[in-house]
Order: sequence, then C-alpha cells, then structure tokens
Amino acid sequence: MTGKSSRGFCLFSVAAASVAGSAPAVADYAFNLPSGVTPISHEAYRLHMLAFWICVGIAVVVFGAMLWAIVHHRKSRGAVPAQFHENTRLEIVWTVIPFLVLVVLAVPATRALMAMDDTKDADLTIKVTGQQWRWRYDYLNEGVGFFSNVDPKSVDASKRGSGIDPASVDNYLREVDQPLVLPVGKKIRFLFTATDVIHAWWVPALGYQVDANPGFISESWARIEQPGTYRGQCSELCGVGHAYMPIVLVAMNEPEFDAWLAQQKALQAKAATAAERMWTKDELYAKGQEVYGRICAACHQPNGQGIPGVFPALNGSPIATGPIAGHLNRVMNGKPGTAMQAFATQLSDVEIAGVITYERNTWGNKTGDVVQPAQVKQARK
Amino acid sequence: MAEIALHGTEHGHPSGITRWLFSTNHKDIGTLYLLFSLTMFFVGGTFAMVIRAELFKPGLQFVDALTFNQMTTMHALVMIFGAVMPAFVGLANWMIPLMIGAPDMALPRLNNWSFWILPFAFTLLLSTLFMPGGGPAGGWTMYPPLFLQTGMAFPFVIFAIHLMGISSVMGAINVITTVFNMRAPGMVFRKLPMFVWTWLITAFLLIAAMPVLAGAVTMLLTDKYFGTSFFNAAGGGDPVMFQHVFWFFGHPEVYIMILPAFGIVSQIVPTFARKPLFGYTSMIYAVGAIAILSFIVWGHHMFTVGMPLAGELFFMYSTILIAVPTGVKVFNWVATMWRGSLTFETPMLWALSFIVLFSIGGFSGLMLGLAPVDFQYQDTYFVVAHFHYVLVTGAVFAIVGGIHYWLPKWTGRMYDERLGKLHFWLSVISVNLLFFPQHFLGLAGMPRRVADYAVQYTEWNMMSSIGGFIFGASQLLFLYNVIRTIRGSGAKASDQVWEGAHGLEWTLPSPPPYHSFTTAPEVK
Amino acid sequence: MDHGESTYFVPAPSHWPLIGSIGLFALMLGFALLLDDQTLAGGYAAGIGLLVFVGMLFGWFGTVIRESRSGRYNDQVDASFRWGMGWFIFSEVMFFAAFFGALFYARHFAVPWLGGSGDKAISHDILWPHFVAAWPLLQLPDPANFTVAKEAMEAFGLPAVNTLILLSSGATVTWAHWGLKRDRRRQLIIGLAATVALGILFLTLQAHEYWDAYTLKNLRLSSGIYGSTFFMLTGFHGAHVTIGAIMLSVILARSALGHFTPTHHFAFEAVSWYWHFVDVVWLGLFIFVYLL
Ligand code: HEA
Ligand code: HEA
Ligand code: HEC
Ligand code: CUA
Ligand SMILES: [Cu+2]
Repeated sequence: MTGKSSRGFCLFSVAAASVAGSAPAVADYAFNLPSGVTPISHEAYRLHMLAFWICVGIAVVVFGAMLWAIVHHRKSRGAVPAQFHENTRLEIVWTVIPFLVLVVLAVPATRALMAMDDTKDADLTIKVTGQQWRWRYDYLNEGVGFFSNVDPKSVDASKRGSGIDPASVDNYLREVDQPLVLPVGKKIRFLFTATDVIHAWWVPALGYQVDANPGFISESWARIEQPGTYRGQCSELCGVGHAYMPIVLVAMNEPEFDAWLAQQKALQAKAATAAERMWTKDELYAKGQEVYGRICAACHQPNGQGIPGVFPALNGSPIATGPIAGHLNRVMNGKPGTAMQAFATQLSDVEIAGVITYERNTWGNKTGDVVQPAQVKQARK
Repeated sequence: MAEIALHGTEHGHPSGITRWLFSTNHKDIGTLYLLFSLTMFFVGGTFAMVIRAELFKPGLQFVDALTFNQMTTMHALVMIFGAVMPAFVGLANWMIPLMIGAPDMALPRLNNWSFWILPFAFTLLLSTLFMPGGGPAGGWTMYPPLFLQTGMAFPFVIFAIHLMGISSVMGAINVITTVFNMRAPGMVFRKLPMFVWTWLITAFLLIAAMPVLAGAVTMLLTDKYFGTSFFNAAGGGDPVMFQHVFWFFGHPEVYIMILPAFGIVSQIVPTFARKPLFGYTSMIYAVGAIAILSFIVWGHHMFTVGMPLAGELFFMYSTILIAVPTGVKVFNWVATMWRGSLTFETPMLWALSFIVLFSIGGFSGLMLGLAPVDFQYQDTYFVVAHFHYVLVTGAVFAIVGGIHYWLPKWTGRMYDERLGKLHFWLSVISVNLLFFPQHFLGLAGMPRRVADYAVQYTEWNMMSSIGGFIFGASQLLFLYNVIRTIRGSGAKASDQVWEGAHGLEWTLPSPPPYHSFTTAPEVK
Repeated sequence: MDHGESTYFVPAPSHWPLIGSIGLFALMLGFALLLDDQTLAGGYAAGIGLLVFVGMLFGWFGTVIRESRSGRYNDQVDASFRWGMGWFIFSEVMFFAAFFGALFYARHFAVPWLGGSGDKAISHDILWPHFVAAWPLLQLPDPANFTVAKEAMEAFGLPAVNTLILLSSGATVTWAHWGLKRDRRRQLIIGLAATVALGILFLTLQAHEYWDAYTLKNLRLSSGIYGSTFFMLTGFHGAHVTIGAIMLSVILARSALGHFTPTHHFAFEAVSWYWHFVDVVWLGLFIFVYLL
C-alpha cells in the first residue's frame, strides 16, 4: 500500500503549498524539531534525527517488500500462491536485527540521559513555580522573584468574537509581561514546582520540558550558548488557561545580566518599603484593579461574574460582601481541593490589601470598606 | 459426535424487543455491541469535529477554552471506552464461538450483562455535558490535582468508569472461559485462529488492567470527597503516584486496543493472499511478549515527571524493546503476502493500509520511547499524531476491515464493493492529511490540549482540519454501506464468501443459524 | 476437549442482566448525586438502585440454583463457572494491587522524598524543611487541612488476633469441604457455621478497632497518607469479608436445605475460593500495613 500512501503525500504537499501560498503573512511555519541553543538540545536533536532516519530506512525495506509483493504477486498477474509458512532462520534474523538497531539507539540515549541528570555545580539556581495560569521565577540566593503573566493583548484577541486578528498581535500567545532573564554561558539549575495543579515548563530551545508538580521539586539544568529571546509555553494540561501560560526567556551576556539583576533588586527593595505606610482608598483600588486583572480575572472574569458551576461570581458574593475577615481568609488561605489557592505566599501585603479593597468596591459590591496592608500583615500571623 | 441440544431452542427464536434486551445469544449480543460502538464512534467523532473546527485557525471561534477541554476529554473517553473496546468485544462475541466451533459464549447471561451496563455507563458520562460547569475537562488521563477541580460532573465520571471497568472485566472473563472451555473437539490451542489467540491474550490484559484503573479512580474519589491524601503532598502523598497507577493500566490498555486488531489483520491477509499465515507460532509468542512487556513500560508516559535516572533508563529500554515482537508481526504479514496470489477486495485494502500506517505510528512510538527526546515530544501534537496513527489507522482501520470481511457472513449479503473501495480511498487519503501534519506541529512546538495556538501553526492545523472533515464525512459512506447490507440489498453471499477463506466460521451458512454449532464440528 | 455425553446448557433469554444494569445505574447515579449534595434525589436513587440490585441477585442466583438442581449443568458448564470464578477473583486481586501499589509508593518514594532522602530529597529542603519523615506517618508535611493522628495502629493486638481468626476460618471452611466431599452433612454444616461465625467475629473486632482508631487514636481517612492507605486497604478488605460472609451464609442455608452432592457443589467451592482469597489479602495486609 505504499502506492496509496505516496498518493496521500502528493495531495498533501499540494495542499501544503496552496495553503502556505494563500497566507503570505504567516510564513513562519516549521516542521522539524529545532536544534536549540544548549548542549542538551543538540543532543536531543541528533538523537531525534538518528531515530528518524533509522525508521525511514526500516520503512523503505518493509514497505518496499510489501510493494514488491503487491505488484508482482497479484492474482490478476496469474500469481500462484506458494504454500510456505515458516522459516526459522528468517525469523531469527528479523528478531535479532531490530534488536541490534535498538542497541544503536539506546547507547546515545543513555549517554544523553546521564548528562541531563547531572545538575551539580550550577552557577545560578532558579526556582520555577507554575500556577493557574502564570509562571513565577525566583532567583534563589539573590532575593529576586516575580510573576510572568501572559500578554493581555493575546488574551483579548483570543476571545470568541473579539474581532481582533491573532496574526496582528506580535508573538500571539507567546508573549509575557516580564520574561525570565538568564546569563549566557553559565550553568543554570532549574527547580520546578507548582502551587496548584501540574504544569510543565517547556522551552524547545533548551531541549526539554519538565513537569512542575505541586509539593515536589524536579530539577534540570541548561547552559545557553547564544544570547536571544526563546519562547515556549506550559505543556501540561492545567485547566482553562492552559493555552495562556507562555514562557519567554531572554538570554544575555553576563555584564548585562548583572546590571539587570541589580536593577531588579533595587526595585523590589523599593516596593517593600512602600508596604509599610498607610494607603488611600484610591491607591489601593488602583493597585487592586491591576492585581485583579493580572491574577484573579483568569477565573473570576473581568466582570466578576465567574463561570457558573466552575468559578463563583465575586459580584454579590456573600464572602466578598460579608465580613472582611472571611474575605481575607479566603483570599489568603484559599479553599483546599478547589482551584482557589492560598495567595498569602504569593502576593505581597499591598497586593492582597489592594485586591480585597477593589473587590469590595467594584461592580455591584459597594461596601465602602478599605483594607490596609497592615491588616494583611496582621492576618498573616 | 455428541449432540448439543440447546435449551435456547426450546424457547424458539426470540423476537421483538426482548430478543435484544434479554438476549443470551452471542450473535445478538455481538450485534448490540457493534451497533453501540458505531453510535459512540459518531458521538466521539462529533467531539473531534468540534476540536478540529476550533483549531482550524488561531483565536477562539466556536467554543470557549473550557468547552474545548471537555471536548478533548470526552472525545478520548468515548472513543476508547465507547467505540474501540466495545467494537472488539462485539467482534469477539460474533466470531469466537464460530471460529472455535462452540454453540455460544460460555456464560451467556453474563455476556448480556456486560453489554447492558455500557449504555448506562455512557448515559452517566455523557449526561455530565449538560450539568452546570459541564463535563470533565482534565483530559482522559484524569491527572490530579487538576481533575479534582472538576465540579458536579466528577462523581458521575468516576462511577461511569467503574461501570465500564466492570463491563470489560466480565466480557474478558467470558472470552477466557469460552476459549478454554468451549472449543470443539480437535480445536487444540495450536490450531486456534489468530483472532482468537489475540483476544485470549487481550482478555488477560483486561482482567489485569481494568481493576487497577478502578482502584486509581477510587482514590481520586476519596481524595476529593473523603479527605484522603493519596495525591496530595501536604498529607504525604504524591500527585505523580496517580500517574503510576493510571499508566500501569493505561499502557496495557493501548495494547488492549491493538492486539485484537493484529488478530483481524492476521485473518484477512492470508485470505486474500491465498496462502497460510506465515510464522503462526512466532506470531503467538510475539503477542505474548508484547502483552508481558506492556506491564513494565508504563513509565514512558511519565518521562518528564522528574523520575530518578534509573527509572528513566529502565522504562526507556523496556519500551523500545516492544519494537522487536511488533516487528516480528509486521514481517510475518509481509512474508504471508510474499509469493501469494493477492487480490484487493475492501477488507484487504484496510488490512494493507493498517500494516503501513500502524507501522508509521509504531515508528513515532519508538521515537517517543527514547527518553531524552521525549523531553521534547511529550505533550505535543507529535504524541497526538503517534497515537492516532496507532488508534485510528491501527485499531479503527482493522475494525472497519474486519467488518467488511465478516459482514457477508453475518448478513448473508455482500456489501457494495464499489462503495467500500470509495470509502477506503477517501478515508486513507484524508486520514493522512488529518494526522500527518500533526507530527510537524508537535515538532515545531505546538502543545496538545490547547484551545488556541500561536499563529505559526496555522497552516498545518488548517490542513489537519480539512483532512478531519473529509475523513469524518467519509464515514457516512461506511454507515450507508453497512445499513444497506443489513437491510438485505446486495448480492447473496456464499458460505465461504472469500475464495481464500479458511476456518470453521466459513463452513456455516451465511448468515449462520441462530445457534451456531448445535453439533460440535470435527476439527482435523 | 471432551464435551461429555450431555449437552452444554445455553440459558433462555433472561431479564436479570438488564435489571442488574438498571440497578447498578440507579445505585451509581444515587451515589453521584449524594456526593454532589443532592441528598434527597440521591438517597432515593441509591435506595431504589440497591433494592433492584439485591432483587436481581436473588432472582438471578435463584434461577441458577433451580437450573443447577434440575440437573441441567453438565461438567462442561461446571468448568465454565470455575474458570469464570477464578478469573473474577484474579480481577479482585488486581483491584487490591492498586492500593498496595499506592502504599508501597508512598512508603518507599513519596514520604522519604518529602522527608529529605532519596532522589528527590530537594523537595524537602525547599518546600517542607520542617517535615520529619517516619512511618507510620503521624506528623504531616502540612497538617493544616488534615486530622492529625495521635498514634499508629499496632500489629500485636487485635490485628494479630484477627489474623488467627481468619486463618482458622480458612481451616474451618476446608474442613466443611471435606465433610461435603465425604457426605458428612453435620461436619459440613458445623464447619460452615463456624466459618460464618469467625467471619462475623472478625468484622466485630475490626469495627472495634476502627472505633478505637477514630476516637482514641484520632486516626482517620483524613489523617494523611498513613490513614488513607490504612483505611482504604482494611476497609475494602472488610467489605470483601462482609460479602464473603453473606455468601457463606447463603451456602450454609442451602446446605441446611440439603443442596449439593459430594461431587456437585460448585457454589460451595466458589465461595470457599473467595474466602481463601479474602484470607490471603488479609495476610498481605497484616504484613504490609500493620507489621512492617
Ligand atoms: C493502539 C494504541 C497504541 C499502540 C499500539 C502504541 C504503541 C507504542 N507506543 Fe504509544 N501511545 C498510545 C497508544 C498506542 N501506542 C496513546 C493513546 C498514547 C498517548 C496517551 C496520552 O497521553 O493521552 C501513547 C503515547 C506513547 C508514549 C508517551 C509519549 C508522551 O506522552 O510523551 C510513548 C513513549 O514511549 C509511546 C511509545 C509507544 C511504543 C514504543 C509503541 C510500540 O508498541 C510500537 C511498536 C511498533 C513499531 C516499532 C513498528 C513496527 C516495527 C517494525 C517494522 C520493526 C522494526 C522497527 C524498529 C527496530 C524500529 N506511546
Ligand atoms: C480510539 C481512539 C480515538 C479515535 C478513533 C480518534 C479519532 C479522532 N481524533 Fe482523537 N484522541 C484520542 C483517541 C481517538 N481519537 C485520544 C485518546 C486523545 C487524547 C485526549 C486527551 O488529550 O485527553 C485524542 C485527542 C485528539 C485531538 C487532540 C485534542 C487536544 O489535544 O486538545 C485531536 C485533534 O485533532 C483529535 C482528533 C481526532 C479526529 C479528527 C478523529 C477522527 O478519526 C474522528 C472521525 C470520526 C468522525 C468524524 C465521526 C463520524 C462522522 C460524523 C459524525 C458525520 C459528521 C461529520 C462531518 C459532516 C464532518 N483527537
Ligand atoms: C485558578 C482559579 C482561581 C483564581 C486565579 C482565583 N480564584 Fe478565587 N476562587 C476560585 C474558585 C474555584 C473558588 C470557589 C471555591 C469554593 O468552592 O468555595 C473561588 C472563590 C473565591 C472567593 C469566595 C467567593 C465565594 O462567594 O465563595 C473569593 C473572595 C475569591 N475567590 C477571590 C479571589 C481573588 C482575590 C483572587 C486573586 C488574587 C482569586 N480569587 C483568584 C478560583 C480562583
Ligand atoms: Cu500550566 Cu498548562
Ligand atoms: Cu504507553
């Protein structure tokens, strides 16, 4: 039946050509694994190509034999069936040869696996935390950490009936508000975990993905060879926002990286001092609106209506309009066993105070309450 | 030979609705299974069409992301547990007694029960789509903690799976008992038709695997409602533990869906090559080896969970080893064709395309089995392409081939050969258009289970969707051809039906009498 | 294959399978509704389902017993039942295997990792620095949402007694079997009665043990992985003992009615196989759940 599948292929390449031709704006498509920018990714690529060509080779032999039989041993050509149905030597040959082929594949694969396993002697350790639906990066021992959210332009364009053409959005679904920044040439060790469900961190240019399991840590490492921007996304189904968890990684030379890190440290120090003072209602509301849009709207929706049966509405919710303590508790401690996770460890006092103030004073919720960062701090104890 | 006076005959030939509801007849129950499976194939296929329509281009056009995830989850559950597995059980019901010269299945009432549980199980499952919050949306693999976030649908899905498990296990018990105990005199094991052999081994897999799935989903249930912490690190459990238990079931499960397909192909190819099956004994050993290996390879679905190195290596070696016995089967089929006298009626076309396309799926499986590269392939469309090649052009193609092969025997009428060929060619071309580009998508970086994707994947997705629509629409031809054959259009079929066919089933009239072998046949 | 002189019995169409399916459906639907807090509808559905299901069991087995006693089952039919029962028990073994697997995984992988040893010890250092791993696991990585147990179960108390009880019940049922084979009715009935009694005694003691765990030890399903595995394994085992004891009682009643002959008594054997299976599972439990 090789005849048939090659016919399939012909049709298929014609279709490929015509579709590609009719959409000149998006010529960016690819069809093979990228070779990537780390020793590991090159290794994976080489193994991939080796396995591919071996399979092609076997396919040519096996399907070739089939085709030969189909052409020459057909009844319409007057073929008379032979009656043999056994040949021990042949059987042994085609058991042993594939086995040897497998050995040829297993050796480099074993070597690659062992190399990947060795996370010792890293220059820098990054903790990567997955969460519905964003990534958090913590530069361990540097005191720097931040969330990385999907670019809102992509989310808007993605919505049903948005009227926005995704092709008009730069790096549609592959853009974030704050990328992970890494130095080139250093051994970077990653620690993966998650706060809610399983996510997987995948940047093809690094050559692998690793699952981020809640409650456990998985490790891997990379040594990036060239500066550049590398994109990927969460690759383990993690709920409604799974398609909206991109990863952007910017690799830069060491001096630039050091400057960037110093700047981040300064920014975070400034934010920490800000938390100490009293905030006005408007400041908190504005802060809360920003946090809500960034974090909470993914589930509870920008209009606070939630998704019936899945995420409760906050507009008019008994908790968001009831006693402040209850509201604080739900946001800080979440509700175990549901998608509502504990945000106490993830958001700062200001952010929590802001978002609660916002939720209590927006949509139809007109409680007039203000929650100060100090109250949040109190509640943490 | 001993006379087998059937007690069923005392009650005459049952008719009306109770013939189907209360049946203890392997043929009627087989028919029920097949009709159920066909229905579910269209239901699951409709979900697939929603998926393909949504993925036609970037941006959400038809459904929101939540509905999309429900479609993916339901599509897989319905296709696997509703379409493919019941189709095989239906074929087993019809053919095993005919092939081994038995009056019926060994446990006819249990047989009926296995079937009738299924429609109820799927009522539970499908009803969740109409609940607030919708159906399950965590993928057919049901990984916690995500799956624990399912709303009202949750217990319905769990119990539906329990019911499907009960049904499968009872079906498998029946097959084993029938093959062990109901063979005609002289039908020794080394003469069993290949389809019976593959089903026998499949039945062992079912009995060993399905209860483990039941255990896994039971733990999900207690984790959600009774405070256990099997899959929760805070209580000393581990979400990854679910994956181990699930795939301990899940990998044998995929062979459950392919071994009977091997059996069907091993029946069809010799018939149309007019030559005995090459390497009968090695075929049996190969199936046995695949079955045993299938219990020690589950970790290849979990290469990226961060397993210890020793685990990765073990699972990688055991996984790629399966290529050896599977290769033996492929080579044997080719050798059966070699110097045969081939003709290309519809069943043969399906069988031949099975051999080629299943192998392609096997090759991508082998690539996935190499752990360091699976770190790139995992959870991408490359995996989706792999398993549709083995499931659709593997399992489903074999089933469709088998149905064409045996339909004349069942109904006494030939299907329309021209329509059959048309359906075949449309299917085989469109299915490649549907699934081949998915390899490219995966390699280029498109994850699976996403409702929306980056624009560089547009072209391949459009192609895939177009292929999908053509493939789906072509199945209507199949439906039509089957219905018109059942309703008696078409030429009368002879008893042997196919010139090269051998075996007890072809010695009976077409259609066979209501009680197959009232006198046990003599097997030489 | 020797078919014997007689005929293979293919039963007439039967409504019991369909009724059984309806019963199961209503039962499952009811449970699902109950778990979704639809107490009223769920209660009705589950209740009706249970009644239908039990009715089906009576009806179906009643039919089988009648057919059996009217001599329509030849040796080949008997063999079918044997194969069927044997593989059914094997499927049950695999069901338990899932939970034993969970226990082994938790003890040998998850808990040590969380406690800072083994391949994924890093999880401890970063996420659970205060957690100390020990088995039985009483202190939890994060006890916030769990019932913290005070004490673990002991092997050499009730469980050891229970082991003896179940083992001797295995002996009594075998003794009853000897009696049946030699047509000593009294031995049969005494043996069976003793087995049932031992089974009930076992269940009573286990109930007591559970009570003890729940109240004094504060050990529950929700006490982390130790409580989860403990109660799931012993609980499913207990459920099987209950089913076994019910089946034994039926056999006892049938024996009292004079059913079974020294050569034809598959029902008896099936139940005794089941009982031995329950026995063996308990031995596994005693060793892996209590002892080690
Ligand atoms: C019928 C179903 C079926 C079958 C038969 C197979 C067969 C195989 N599968 Fe597949 N698989 C699935 C169904 C199936 N699979 C499904 C459903 C999933 C996804 C589940 C999910 O996540 O939802 C999956 C996923 C899956 C993965 C996980 C991928 C991932 O998630 O990252 C892997 C990895 O090893 C794998 C490997 C294999 C291998 C090695 C075989 C082998 O058995 C193939 C052997 C066959 C051949 C190799 C071809 C013929 C042989 C020759 C011609 C001889 C010579 C060949 C060589 C020496 C190369 N499969
Ligand atoms: C035996 C199993 C089986 C079968 C037969 C199929 C058949 C098909 N599958 Fe299947 N699929 C799975 C098993 C199967 N699949 C599994 C296990 C998954 C993984 C799920 C997960 O991630 O959890 C999956 C996931 C999956 C995805 C990925 C979804 C995602 O990751 O989000 C896609 C996408 O293209 C897809 C497409 C299709 C298509 C187009 C068909 C076609 O072959 C279907 C063709 C049939 C019909 C279309 C029905 C018949 C016709 C009609 C109803 C008439 C009307 C139609 C028209 C007018 C067009 N499937
Ligand atoms: C991943 C999804 C998700 C995100 C993100 C999320 N929530 Fe929730 N939230 C939920 C779910 C689910 C519930 C319902 C829990 C339950 O079953 O009671 C909930 C409940 C709540 C409630 C109680 C509502 C009620 O009436 O029961 C409040 C208040 C709330 N969330 C606030 C927030 C805030 C503030 C944020 C952002 C900082 C946030 N949520 C982010 C999923 C989410
Ligand atoms: Cu996070 Cu998918
Ligand atoms: Cu597998």
